[in-house]
Amino acid sequence: MDDKSTITPRDLIVSASPHIHSGQDVRSIMRHVVYALIPALLIGFWVFGLSAVKVLVLAVVGCLAVEWGCNKLLNRESSLLDFSAIVTGVLLAMNLPSGSPWWLVLVGAIVAIGLGKAIYGGLGYNPFNPALVARVFLLISFPVQMTTWSIPGVDAETGATPLGAVKEAVSLGKTVMDVDLATTKDLLIGTVGGSFGEVSALALLLGGLWLLYKGIIKWQIPIAFIATTLFITGIAWLIDPAHYVSPVFHLFSGGLMIGAWFMATDMVTTPVTQKGMLFFGIGCGVLTAVIRLWGGYPEGVSFAILLMNATTPLIDRYTKPKVFGEA
Amino acid sequence: MAASTSQIFTRGIWKENPIFRLLLGLCPALAVTTSVENGIGMGLASTFVLLCSNVLVSLMRNFIPKKVRIPAYIVIIASFVTIVDLVMHGFFFELHKSLGLFIPLIVVNCVILGRAEAFASRNNVWHSFVDGLGMGLGFTLGLATLGAVREVLGNGSLLGISLFGADFPAVLVMILPPGAFLSLGLLLAGMNKLEERRAIRAGEKYEPPKEMDCGSCVLCDINQRLNEDIK
Repeated sequence: MDDKSTITPRDLIVSASPHIHSGQDVRSIMRHVVYALIPALLIGFWVFGLSAVKVLVLAVVGCLAVEWGCNKLLNRESSLLDFSAIVTGVLLAMNLPSGSPWWLVLVGAIVAIGLGKAIYGGLGYNPFNPALVARVFLLISFPVQMTTWSIPGVDAETGATPLGAVKEAVSLGKTVMDVDLATTKDLLIGTVGGSFGEVSALALLLGGLWLLYKGIIKWQIPIAFIATTLFITGIAWLIDPAHYVSPVFHLFSGGLMIGAWFMATDMVTTPVTQKGMLFFGIGCGVLTAVIRLWGGYPEGVSFAILLMNATTPLIDRYTKPKVFGEA
Repeated sequence: MAASTSQIFTRGIWKENPIFRLLLGLCPALAVTTSVENGIGMGLASTFVLLCSNVLVSLMRNFIPKKVRIPAYIVIIASFVTIVDLVMHGFFFELHKSLGLFIPLIVVNCVILGRAEAFASRNNVWHSFVDGLGMGLGFTLGLATLGAVREVLGNGSLLGISLFGADFPAVLVMILPPGAFLSLGLLLAGMNKLEERRAIRAGEKYEPPKEMDCGSCVLCDINQRLNEDIK
Protein backbone atom coordinates (compact mmCIF):
# COMPACT_ATOMS: atom_id res chain seq x y z
CA MET A 1 0.00 0.00 0.00
CA ASP A 2 1.23 3.44 -0.79
CA ASP A 3 0.51 6.74 0.82
CA LYS A 4 -3.07 6.69 -0.35
CA SER A 5 -4.02 4.49 2.51
CA THR A 6 -6.57 6.99 3.64
CA ILE A 7 -9.61 5.08 2.57
CA THR A 8 -12.66 7.12 3.37
CA PRO A 9 -15.79 5.37 4.56
CA ARG A 10 -17.40 6.27 1.25
CA ASP A 11 -15.05 3.97 -0.65
CA LEU A 12 -16.17 1.04 1.39
CA ILE A 13 -19.88 1.31 0.65
CA VAL A 14 -21.13 -1.74 -1.20
CA SER A 15 -24.18 -0.93 -3.25
CA ALA A 16 -26.31 -2.33 -6.03
CA SER A 17 -25.78 -1.23 -9.63
CA PRO A 18 -25.63 1.21 -11.37
CA HIS A 19 -22.20 2.21 -10.13
CA ILE A 20 -21.42 4.92 -12.63
CA HIS A 21 -23.63 7.96 -12.40
CA SER A 22 -23.76 10.59 -15.11
CA GLY A 23 -24.10 13.28 -12.49
CA GLN A 24 -27.41 14.36 -13.94
CA ASP A 25 -29.94 15.36 -11.35
CA VAL A 26 -33.06 17.48 -11.18
CA ARG A 27 -31.01 20.59 -10.55
CA SER A 28 -28.62 20.22 -13.47
CA ILE A 29 -31.42 19.27 -15.87
CA MET A 30 -33.54 22.22 -14.86
CA ARG A 31 -30.52 24.51 -15.11
CA HIS A 32 -29.86 23.39 -18.66
CA VAL A 33 -33.50 24.03 -19.57
CA VAL A 34 -33.08 27.59 -18.31
CA TYR A 35 -29.87 28.00 -20.37
CA ALA A 36 -31.70 26.69 -23.43
CA LEU A 37 -34.43 29.28 -22.97
CA ILE A 38 -32.01 32.22 -22.81
CA PRO A 39 -31.85 32.95 -26.58
CA ALA A 40 -35.65 33.08 -26.84
CA LEU A 41 -35.82 35.26 -23.72
CA LEU A 42 -33.28 37.71 -25.11
CA ILE A 43 -35.21 37.96 -28.38
CA GLY A 44 -38.36 38.51 -26.34
CA PHE A 45 -36.73 41.38 -24.42
CA TRP A 46 -35.41 42.86 -27.65
CA VAL A 47 -38.76 42.69 -29.40
CA PHE A 48 -41.09 43.70 -26.58
CA GLY A 49 -38.84 45.75 -24.35
CA LEU A 50 -39.04 46.35 -20.63
CA SER A 51 -42.60 45.07 -20.18
CA ALA A 52 -41.40 41.56 -21.05
CA VAL A 53 -38.68 41.78 -18.40
CA LYS A 54 -41.33 42.79 -15.89
CA VAL A 55 -43.53 39.81 -16.75
CA LEU A 56 -40.57 37.42 -16.47
CA VAL A 57 -39.40 38.72 -13.10
CA LEU A 58 -42.94 38.69 -11.69
CA ALA A 59 -43.59 35.14 -12.91
CA VAL A 60 -40.34 33.70 -11.56
CA VAL A 61 -40.58 35.47 -8.20
CA GLY A 62 -44.27 34.56 -8.00
CA CYS A 63 -43.63 30.89 -8.69
CA LEU A 64 -40.82 30.74 -6.13
CA ALA A 65 -43.00 32.45 -3.53
CA VAL A 66 -45.93 30.09 -4.14
CA GLU A 67 -43.59 27.08 -4.05
CA TRP A 68 -42.19 28.28 -0.74
CA GLY A 69 -45.68 28.88 0.63
CA CYS A 70 -46.94 25.45 -0.47
CA ASN A 71 -43.93 23.72 1.06
CA LYS A 72 -44.57 25.49 4.36
CA LEU A 73 -48.28 24.75 4.27
CA LEU A 74 -47.86 21.08 3.44
CA ASN A 75 -44.84 20.48 5.71
CA ARG A 76 -42.63 19.50 2.81
CA GLU A 77 -38.91 19.93 2.45
CA SER A 78 -37.89 23.08 0.67
CA SER A 79 -37.72 22.51 -3.07
CA LEU A 80 -36.75 26.03 -4.02
CA LEU A 81 -33.22 25.11 -5.02
CA ASP A 82 -34.11 22.36 -7.49
CA PHE A 83 -34.77 25.05 -10.12
CA SER A 84 -38.09 23.46 -11.13
CA ALA A 85 -40.14 26.40 -9.88
CA ILE A 86 -37.85 28.74 -11.79
CA VAL A 87 -38.34 26.75 -15.01
CA THR A 88 -42.10 26.81 -14.47
CA GLY A 89 -41.95 30.55 -13.89
CA VAL A 90 -39.88 31.20 -17.00
CA LEU A 91 -42.11 29.01 -19.19
CA LEU A 92 -45.24 30.63 -17.74
CA ALA A 93 -43.89 34.11 -18.49
CA MET A 94 -42.97 33.08 -22.02
CA ASN A 95 -46.56 31.91 -22.55
CA LEU A 96 -48.09 35.25 -21.58
CA PRO A 97 -48.53 38.41 -23.64
CA SER A 98 -45.74 40.85 -22.86
CA GLY A 99 -48.20 43.49 -21.72
CA SER A 100 -49.88 41.30 -19.09
CA PRO A 101 -51.04 43.17 -15.98
CA TRP A 102 -49.25 42.18 -12.77
CA TRP A 103 -52.21 40.36 -11.23
CA LEU A 104 -52.56 38.14 -14.30
CA VAL A 105 -48.99 36.93 -13.88
CA LEU A 106 -49.43 36.31 -10.15
CA VAL A 107 -52.70 34.40 -10.61
CA GLY A 108 -50.83 32.36 -13.20
CA ALA A 109 -48.04 31.61 -10.73
CA ILE A 110 -50.53 30.52 -8.06
CA VAL A 111 -52.37 28.24 -10.48
CA ALA A 112 -49.17 26.81 -11.98
CA ILE A 113 -47.46 25.88 -8.73
CA GLY A 114 -50.48 25.49 -6.46
CA LEU A 115 -53.06 23.77 -8.64
CA GLY A 116 -50.68 22.42 -11.27
CA LYS A 117 -48.05 20.90 -9.04
CA ALA A 118 -48.15 21.16 -5.24
CA ILE A 119 -51.64 19.77 -4.91
CA TYR A 120 -50.59 16.54 -6.63
CA GLY A 121 -47.63 16.05 -4.31
CA GLY A 122 -44.96 18.25 -5.85
CA LEU A 123 -42.46 17.78 -8.64
CA GLY A 124 -42.66 14.35 -10.22
CA TYR A 125 -46.27 13.65 -9.33
CA ASN A 126 -48.08 16.25 -11.40
CA PRO A 127 -49.99 14.73 -14.35
CA PHE A 128 -50.12 18.01 -16.29
CA ASN A 129 -47.48 20.51 -17.25
CA PRO A 130 -47.84 23.24 -14.58
CA ALA A 131 -47.01 26.18 -16.83
CA LEU A 132 -49.57 25.04 -19.39
CA VAL A 133 -52.23 24.45 -16.74
CA ALA A 134 -51.76 28.08 -15.73
CA ARG A 135 -51.79 29.30 -19.33
CA VAL A 136 -55.03 27.52 -20.18
CA PHE A 137 -56.63 28.57 -16.87
CA LEU A 138 -55.79 32.19 -17.66
CA LEU A 139 -56.84 31.90 -21.31
CA ILE A 140 -60.28 30.60 -20.35
CA SER A 141 -60.71 32.99 -17.41
CA PHE A 142 -59.37 36.21 -18.87
CA PRO A 143 -59.81 35.93 -22.65
CA VAL A 144 -59.46 39.67 -23.17
CA GLN A 145 -56.18 40.17 -21.30
CA MET A 146 -54.72 36.94 -22.65
CA THR A 147 -55.25 37.90 -26.29
CA THR A 148 -54.13 41.51 -26.11
CA TRP A 149 -50.88 41.15 -28.02
CA SER A 150 -48.39 43.99 -28.22
CA ILE A 151 -47.08 44.80 -31.67
CA PRO A 152 -43.30 44.64 -31.76
CA GLY A 153 -41.60 48.01 -31.81
CA VAL A 154 -44.78 50.02 -31.39
CA ASP A 155 -45.52 51.20 -27.90
CA ALA A 156 -49.00 50.81 -26.48
CA GLU A 157 -50.45 49.37 -29.64
CA THR A 158 -51.95 45.94 -29.96
CA GLY A 159 -52.76 43.62 -32.80
CA ALA A 160 -53.34 40.02 -33.77
CA THR A 161 -50.88 37.14 -33.81
CA PRO A 162 -50.02 35.77 -37.26
CA LEU A 163 -52.24 32.73 -36.66
CA GLY A 164 -55.01 34.88 -35.22
CA ALA A 165 -55.01 37.11 -38.29
CA VAL A 166 -55.40 34.09 -40.57
CA LYS A 167 -58.19 32.57 -38.51
CA GLU A 168 -60.11 35.84 -38.38
CA ALA A 169 -59.83 36.42 -42.11
CA VAL A 170 -60.94 32.91 -43.00
CA SER A 171 -63.88 33.08 -40.60
CA LEU A 172 -64.97 36.31 -42.30
CA GLY A 173 -65.07 34.49 -45.62
CA LYS A 174 -61.87 35.99 -47.03
CA THR A 175 -59.04 33.98 -48.50
CA VAL A 176 -55.49 33.66 -47.22
CA MET A 177 -54.27 35.93 -50.02
CA ASP A 178 -56.19 38.88 -48.55
CA VAL A 179 -54.23 38.68 -45.31
CA ASP A 180 -51.01 40.54 -44.87
CA LEU A 181 -49.13 37.41 -43.80
CA ALA A 182 -46.05 37.66 -41.63
CA THR A 183 -42.99 36.70 -43.67
CA THR A 184 -40.99 33.59 -42.84
CA LYS A 185 -38.07 35.83 -41.93
CA ASP A 186 -40.18 37.73 -39.40
CA LEU A 187 -41.42 34.46 -37.92
CA LEU A 188 -37.91 33.05 -37.65
CA ILE A 189 -36.46 36.11 -35.96
CA GLY A 190 -39.52 36.90 -33.91
CA THR A 191 -40.65 40.35 -34.96
CA VAL A 192 -44.34 39.37 -34.84
CA GLY A 193 -47.10 39.61 -32.27
CA GLY A 194 -47.59 36.83 -29.73
CA SER A 195 -46.73 35.58 -26.27
CA PHE A 196 -43.39 37.04 -25.38
CA GLY A 197 -41.39 33.82 -25.49
CA GLU A 198 -42.96 32.13 -28.48
CA VAL A 199 -42.23 34.63 -31.23
CA SER A 200 -38.75 33.64 -32.39
CA ALA A 201 -38.75 30.20 -33.98
CA LEU A 202 -35.00 30.30 -34.57
CA ALA A 203 -34.05 31.06 -30.97
CA LEU A 204 -36.34 28.32 -29.67
CA LEU A 205 -34.96 25.84 -32.18
CA LEU A 206 -31.46 26.70 -31.01
CA GLY A 207 -32.46 26.02 -27.40
CA GLY A 208 -34.18 22.78 -28.35
CA LEU A 209 -31.11 21.52 -30.20
CA TRP A 210 -28.96 22.38 -27.18
CA LEU A 211 -31.21 20.23 -24.96
CA LEU A 212 -31.07 17.44 -27.52
CA TYR A 213 -27.27 17.67 -27.65
CA LYS A 214 -27.07 17.59 -23.86
CA GLY A 215 -29.20 14.46 -23.83
CA ILE A 216 -31.89 16.08 -21.69
CA ILE A 217 -34.67 15.53 -24.20
CA LYS A 218 -35.06 12.77 -26.78
CA TRP A 219 -35.83 13.46 -30.44
CA GLN A 220 -39.05 11.43 -30.57
CA ILE A 221 -41.53 13.90 -29.10
CA PRO A 222 -40.46 17.14 -30.82
CA ILE A 223 -39.85 15.53 -34.21
CA ALA A 224 -43.07 13.49 -34.17
CA PHE A 225 -45.01 16.55 -32.96
CA ILE A 226 -43.63 18.88 -35.63
CA ALA A 227 -43.75 16.33 -38.45
CA THR A 228 -47.37 15.43 -37.77
CA THR A 229 -48.43 19.08 -37.65
CA LEU A 230 -46.57 19.72 -40.93
CA PHE A 231 -48.15 16.66 -42.52
CA ILE A 232 -51.76 17.49 -41.69
CA THR A 233 -51.52 21.22 -42.34
CA GLY A 234 -49.64 20.35 -45.54
CA ILE A 235 -52.45 18.15 -46.83
CA ALA A 236 -55.00 20.85 -46.04
CA TRP A 237 -52.83 23.41 -47.85
CA LEU A 238 -52.41 21.22 -50.94
CA ILE A 239 -56.15 20.67 -51.18
CA ASP A 240 -57.24 24.27 -50.65
CA PRO A 241 -54.44 26.85 -50.59
CA ALA A 242 -56.97 29.68 -50.60
CA HIS A 243 -58.21 28.93 -47.09
CA TYR A 244 -55.29 27.19 -45.44
CA VAL A 245 -51.84 28.68 -44.99
CA SER A 246 -48.71 26.80 -45.92
CA PRO A 247 -47.21 24.27 -43.49
CA VAL A 248 -44.03 26.36 -43.29
CA PHE A 249 -46.12 29.20 -41.85
CA HIS A 250 -47.65 26.77 -39.35
CA LEU A 251 -44.21 25.44 -38.47
CA PHE A 252 -42.72 28.77 -37.45
CA SER A 253 -45.77 30.60 -36.09
CA GLY A 254 -47.59 30.40 -32.77
CA GLY A 255 -46.43 28.16 -29.97
CA LEU A 256 -45.40 25.12 -31.98
CA MET A 257 -41.66 25.58 -31.45
CA ILE A 258 -41.78 26.37 -27.73
CA GLY A 259 -44.43 23.68 -27.25
CA ALA A 260 -42.66 20.93 -29.13
CA TRP A 261 -39.16 21.53 -27.73
CA PHE A 262 -39.85 22.73 -24.20
CA MET A 263 -43.39 21.92 -23.05
CA ALA A 264 -44.12 18.56 -24.66
CA THR A 265 -40.74 17.22 -23.54
CA ASP A 266 -41.35 17.74 -19.83
CA MET A 267 -40.09 14.49 -18.30
CA VAL A 268 -42.73 14.29 -15.60
CA THR A 269 -45.83 14.53 -17.74
CA THR A 270 -44.84 12.54 -20.84
CA PRO A 271 -44.36 8.82 -21.56
CA VAL A 272 -41.11 7.15 -20.53
CA THR A 273 -40.71 4.67 -23.37
CA GLN A 274 -39.38 5.77 -26.76
CA LYS A 275 -42.32 4.21 -28.58
CA GLY A 276 -44.67 5.98 -26.18
CA MET A 277 -42.93 9.28 -26.90
CA LEU A 278 -43.58 8.81 -30.61
CA PHE A 279 -47.28 8.22 -29.95
CA PHE A 280 -47.33 11.25 -27.66
CA GLY A 281 -45.75 13.47 -30.28
CA ILE A 282 -48.07 12.29 -33.02
CA GLY A 283 -51.10 12.85 -30.79
CA CYS A 284 -49.95 16.39 -29.97
CA GLY A 285 -49.43 17.09 -33.68
CA VAL A 286 -52.85 15.81 -34.71
CA LEU A 287 -54.64 17.80 -31.99
CA THR A 288 -52.68 20.97 -32.71
CA ALA A 289 -53.39 20.77 -36.43
CA VAL A 290 -57.07 20.04 -35.90
CA ILE A 291 -57.52 22.93 -33.46
CA ARG A 292 -55.56 25.34 -35.67
CA LEU A 293 -57.39 24.41 -38.86
CA TRP A 294 -60.93 23.84 -37.67
CA GLY A 295 -61.13 24.83 -33.98
CA GLY A 296 -62.51 27.96 -32.34
CA TYR A 297 -59.10 29.11 -31.09
CA PRO A 298 -56.38 30.20 -33.52
CA GLU A 299 -53.73 28.27 -31.57
CA GLY A 300 -54.00 24.76 -30.14
CA VAL A 301 -50.55 23.76 -28.93
CA SER A 302 -51.27 24.19 -25.23
CA PHE A 303 -54.59 22.33 -25.38
CA ALA A 304 -52.99 19.56 -27.42
CA ILE A 305 -50.16 19.03 -24.95
CA LEU A 306 -52.48 19.07 -21.92
CA LEU A 307 -54.85 16.57 -23.53
CA MET A 308 -51.96 14.28 -24.38
CA ASN A 309 -50.60 14.68 -20.82
CA ALA A 310 -53.86 13.11 -19.68
CA THR A 311 -53.22 10.06 -21.88
CA THR A 312 -49.65 9.57 -20.66
CA PRO A 313 -50.42 6.86 -18.07
CA LEU A 314 -52.38 4.97 -20.72
CA ILE A 315 -49.59 5.26 -23.30
CA ASP A 316 -47.06 4.11 -20.70
CA ARG A 317 -49.18 1.11 -19.87
CA TYR A 318 -49.53 -0.01 -23.49
CA THR A 319 -45.93 0.58 -24.49
CA LYS A 320 -44.39 -1.19 -21.53
CA PRO A 321 -41.47 -3.26 -22.85
CA LYS A 322 -42.03 -7.01 -22.70
CA VAL A 323 -39.95 -8.97 -20.24
CA PHE A 324 -37.35 -10.94 -22.24
CA GLY A 325 -38.38 -14.53 -22.72
CA GLU A 326 -41.99 -14.02 -21.77
CA ALA A 327 -44.83 -14.20 -24.22
CA MET B 1 -78.81 0.91 17.43
CA ALA B 2 -81.34 3.65 17.69
CA ALA B 3 -80.07 7.15 17.03
CA SER B 4 -81.73 10.10 18.70
CA THR B 5 -83.74 12.59 16.68
CA SER B 6 -81.10 15.30 16.93
CA GLN B 7 -78.40 12.87 15.86
CA ILE B 8 -80.37 11.91 12.78
CA PHE B 9 -80.88 15.57 11.96
CA THR B 10 -77.30 16.76 12.34
CA ARG B 11 -75.89 13.71 10.59
CA GLY B 12 -77.05 14.98 7.22
CA ILE B 13 -75.62 18.41 7.77
CA TRP B 14 -72.04 17.53 8.68
CA LYS B 15 -71.03 13.96 9.36
CA GLU B 16 -72.82 12.46 6.38
CA ASN B 17 -73.24 15.59 4.30
CA PRO B 18 -74.50 14.34 0.93
CA ILE B 19 -72.09 16.44 -1.10
CA PHE B 20 -68.97 16.76 1.00
CA ARG B 21 -69.02 13.40 2.77
CA LEU B 22 -71.05 10.96 0.67
CA LEU B 23 -70.28 12.61 -2.68
CA LEU B 24 -73.85 11.98 -3.82
CA GLY B 25 -75.96 14.14 -6.09
CA LEU B 26 -72.91 15.58 -7.79
CA CYS B 27 -74.65 16.11 -11.13
CA PRO B 28 -76.77 19.06 -9.92
CA ALA B 29 -74.02 20.06 -7.49
CA LEU B 30 -71.57 20.62 -10.30
CA ALA B 31 -73.96 21.80 -12.98
CA VAL B 32 -76.18 24.45 -11.41
CA THR B 33 -73.98 26.02 -8.72
CA THR B 34 -72.85 28.96 -10.82
CA SER B 35 -74.35 31.28 -8.20
CA VAL B 36 -75.55 31.12 -4.60
CA GLU B 37 -79.12 31.77 -5.72
CA ASN B 38 -79.13 28.81 -8.09
CA GLY B 39 -77.53 26.65 -5.42
CA ILE B 40 -80.09 27.51 -2.76
CA GLY B 41 -82.99 27.19 -5.22
CA MET B 42 -81.85 23.76 -6.33
CA GLY B 43 -81.15 22.74 -2.74
CA LEU B 44 -84.58 23.77 -1.44
CA ALA B 45 -86.37 22.11 -4.36
CA SER B 46 -84.49 18.88 -3.65
CA THR B 47 -85.15 19.24 0.09
CA PHE B 48 -88.89 19.46 -0.51
CA VAL B 49 -88.86 16.35 -2.71
CA LEU B 50 -86.59 14.47 -0.29
CA LEU B 51 -88.78 15.35 2.70
CA CYS B 52 -92.02 14.31 1.03
CA SER B 53 -90.67 11.17 -0.57
CA ASN B 54 -89.03 10.08 2.68
CA VAL B 55 -92.33 10.46 4.58
CA LEU B 56 -94.39 8.70 1.91
CA VAL B 57 -91.91 5.87 1.42
CA SER B 58 -91.80 5.37 5.19
CA LEU B 59 -95.60 5.31 5.37
CA MET B 60 -95.82 2.71 2.63
CA ARG B 61 -92.75 0.70 3.58
CA ASN B 62 -94.80 -2.29 4.71
CA PHE B 63 -96.97 -2.40 1.60
CA ILE B 64 -94.36 -2.13 -1.16
CA PRO B 65 -93.19 -5.57 -2.31
CA LYS B 66 -89.41 -5.89 -2.16
CA LYS B 67 -89.07 -6.77 -5.83
CA VAL B 68 -90.70 -3.62 -7.19
CA ARG B 69 -89.50 -1.21 -4.52
CA ILE B 70 -87.21 0.86 -6.78
CA PRO B 71 -89.90 1.57 -9.43
CA ALA B 72 -92.31 2.38 -6.60
CA TYR B 73 -89.84 4.86 -5.07
CA ILE B 74 -89.25 6.43 -8.48
CA VAL B 75 -92.98 6.93 -9.00
CA ILE B 76 -93.31 8.56 -5.58
CA ILE B 77 -90.28 10.82 -6.17
CA ALA B 78 -91.41 11.71 -9.70
CA SER B 79 -94.81 12.84 -8.42
CA PHE B 80 -93.23 15.31 -6.01
CA VAL B 81 -90.75 16.49 -8.62
CA THR B 82 -93.66 17.25 -10.94
CA ILE B 83 -95.25 19.33 -8.18
CA VAL B 84 -92.00 21.25 -7.60
CA ASP B 85 -91.50 21.72 -11.32
CA LEU B 86 -94.97 23.21 -11.83
CA VAL B 87 -94.86 25.38 -8.68
CA MET B 88 -91.48 26.82 -9.61
CA HIS B 89 -92.61 27.40 -13.17
CA GLY B 90 -95.60 29.30 -11.84
CA PHE B 91 -94.04 31.34 -9.04
CA PHE B 92 -90.27 31.48 -9.58
CA PHE B 93 -90.07 31.71 -13.34
CA GLU B 94 -86.56 33.20 -13.58
CA LEU B 95 -85.06 30.62 -11.23
CA HIS B 96 -86.93 27.88 -13.05
CA LYS B 97 -85.47 29.09 -16.30
CA SER B 98 -81.89 29.16 -15.05
CA LEU B 99 -82.12 25.71 -13.44
CA GLY B 100 -83.75 24.37 -16.58
CA LEU B 101 -83.45 20.66 -17.18
CA PHE B 102 -82.01 20.02 -13.74
CA ILE B 103 -85.38 20.29 -12.00
CA PRO B 104 -86.93 17.28 -13.76
CA LEU B 105 -83.61 15.53 -13.20
CA ILE B 106 -84.20 15.66 -9.41
CA VAL B 107 -86.08 12.40 -10.06
CA VAL B 108 -82.83 10.56 -10.54
CA ASN B 109 -80.91 12.44 -7.83
CA CYS B 110 -79.12 9.67 -5.97
CA VAL B 111 -79.40 11.44 -2.61
CA ILE B 112 -83.18 11.12 -2.73
CA LEU B 113 -83.29 7.56 -3.99
CA GLY B 114 -80.47 6.68 -1.63
CA ARG B 115 -82.30 7.96 1.45
CA ALA B 116 -85.51 6.20 0.38
CA GLU B 117 -83.68 2.91 0.02
CA ALA B 118 -81.23 3.21 2.92
CA PHE B 119 -83.31 5.04 5.52
CA ALA B 120 -87.00 5.68 4.89
CA SER B 121 -87.81 2.08 3.94
CA ARG B 122 -86.48 0.89 7.31
CA ASN B 123 -87.48 3.61 9.76
CA ASN B 124 -90.64 5.16 11.13
CA VAL B 125 -92.28 8.24 9.70
CA TRP B 126 -90.96 10.76 12.27
CA HIS B 127 -87.35 9.66 11.90
CA SER B 128 -87.67 9.59 8.11
CA PHE B 129 -89.03 13.13 8.20
CA VAL B 130 -86.11 14.35 10.32
CA ASP B 131 -83.62 12.48 8.15
CA GLY B 132 -85.09 14.03 5.00
CA LEU B 133 -84.92 17.50 6.54
CA GLY B 134 -81.34 17.06 7.73
CA MET B 135 -80.09 15.56 4.49
CA GLY B 136 -81.96 18.15 2.44
CA LEU B 137 -80.54 21.05 4.43
CA GLY B 138 -77.08 19.50 4.25
CA PHE B 139 -77.47 19.24 0.49
CA THR B 140 -78.67 22.85 0.29
CA LEU B 141 -75.76 23.98 2.46
CA GLY B 142 -73.31 22.16 0.20
CA LEU B 143 -74.80 23.65 -2.96
CA ALA B 144 -74.87 27.13 -1.44
CA THR B 145 -71.22 26.89 -0.34
CA LEU B 146 -70.14 25.68 -3.74
CA GLY B 147 -72.25 28.37 -5.38
CA ALA B 148 -70.80 31.06 -3.10
CA VAL B 149 -67.20 30.14 -3.90
CA ARG B 150 -67.89 30.06 -7.61
CA GLU B 151 -69.98 33.23 -7.69
CA VAL B 152 -67.50 35.29 -5.67
CA LEU B 153 -64.53 34.23 -7.77
CA GLY B 154 -66.21 33.86 -11.12
CA ASN B 155 -68.50 36.87 -11.05
CA GLY B 156 -67.21 39.05 -8.23
CA SER B 157 -70.59 39.05 -6.53
CA LEU B 158 -72.55 37.31 -3.80
CA LEU B 159 -76.31 36.78 -4.16
CA GLY B 160 -76.16 39.11 -7.14
CA ILE B 161 -74.62 41.98 -5.13
CA SER B 162 -71.34 43.15 -6.59
CA LEU B 163 -68.55 42.83 -4.01
CA PHE B 164 -65.43 44.34 -5.52
CA GLY B 165 -66.71 46.89 -7.99
CA ALA B 166 -66.67 46.77 -11.76
CA ASP B 167 -62.88 46.63 -12.07
CA PHE B 168 -62.63 43.19 -10.49
CA PRO B 169 -61.26 40.79 -13.08
CA ALA B 170 -63.72 37.89 -12.74
CA VAL B 171 -62.12 34.46 -13.01
CA LEU B 172 -64.48 33.22 -15.72
CA VAL B 173 -63.33 29.63 -15.48
CA MET B 174 -64.92 29.35 -12.04
CA ILE B 175 -68.45 29.63 -13.42
CA LEU B 176 -67.60 27.26 -16.26
CA PRO B 177 -67.66 23.47 -15.74
CA PRO B 178 -63.93 23.15 -14.86
CA GLY B 179 -64.46 25.65 -12.03
CA ALA B 180 -67.07 23.34 -10.49
CA PHE B 181 -64.61 20.48 -10.28
CA LEU B 182 -61.83 22.74 -9.00
CA SER B 183 -63.99 24.27 -6.26
CA LEU B 184 -65.45 20.93 -5.18
CA GLY B 185 -62.01 19.32 -5.03
CA LEU B 186 -60.54 22.13 -2.97
CA LEU B 187 -63.56 22.25 -0.63
CA LEU B 188 -63.30 18.48 -0.09
CA ALA B 189 -59.62 18.81 0.71
CA GLY B 190 -60.48 21.56 3.18
CA MET B 191 -63.20 19.41 4.81
CA ASN B 192 -60.76 16.53 5.21
CA LYS B 193 -58.19 18.83 6.75
CA LEU B 194 -60.78 20.12 9.26
CA GLU B 195 -61.85 16.56 10.05
CA GLU B 196 -58.21 15.52 10.56
CA ARG B 197 -57.61 18.42 12.91
CA ARG B 198 -60.77 17.59 14.87
CA ALA B 199 -59.76 13.94 15.17
CA ILE B 200 -56.26 14.78 16.35
CA ARG B 201 -57.61 17.20 18.93
CA ALA B 202 -60.03 14.55 20.18
CA GLY B 203 -57.16 12.07 20.37
CA GLU B 204 -58.62 9.75 17.73
CA LYS B 205 -56.79 8.10 14.89
CA TYR B 206 -57.58 9.82 11.61
CA GLU B 207 -57.93 7.92 8.38
CA PRO B 208 -58.71 9.79 5.19
CA PRO B 209 -61.73 8.56 3.25
CA LYS B 210 -60.93 5.28 1.54
CA GLU B 211 -61.88 6.40 -1.94
CA MET B 212 -59.47 9.33 -1.77
CA ASP B 213 -56.27 7.43 -1.10
CA CYS B 214 -53.61 6.45 -3.58
CA GLY B 215 -55.02 2.96 -3.98
CA SER B 216 -58.20 3.92 -5.77
CA CYS B 217 -56.58 6.32 -8.23
CA VAL B 218 -55.55 5.03 -11.64
CA LEU B 219 -53.26 7.86 -12.67
CA CYS B 220 -50.18 5.76 -12.13
CA ASP B 221 -49.59 2.08 -11.57
CA ILE B 222 -48.21 2.34 -8.04
CA ASN B 223 -51.24 0.54 -6.68
CA GLN B 224 -51.00 -2.24 -9.25
CA ARG B 225 -47.33 -2.76 -8.48
CA LEU B 226 -48.05 -2.85 -4.76
CA ASN B 227 -50.61 -5.58 -5.33
CA GLU B 228 -48.17 -7.56 -7.45
CA ASP B 229 -45.56 -7.29 -4.71
CA ILE B 230 -48.01 -8.66 -2.18
CA LYS B 231 -48.73 -11.65 -4.41
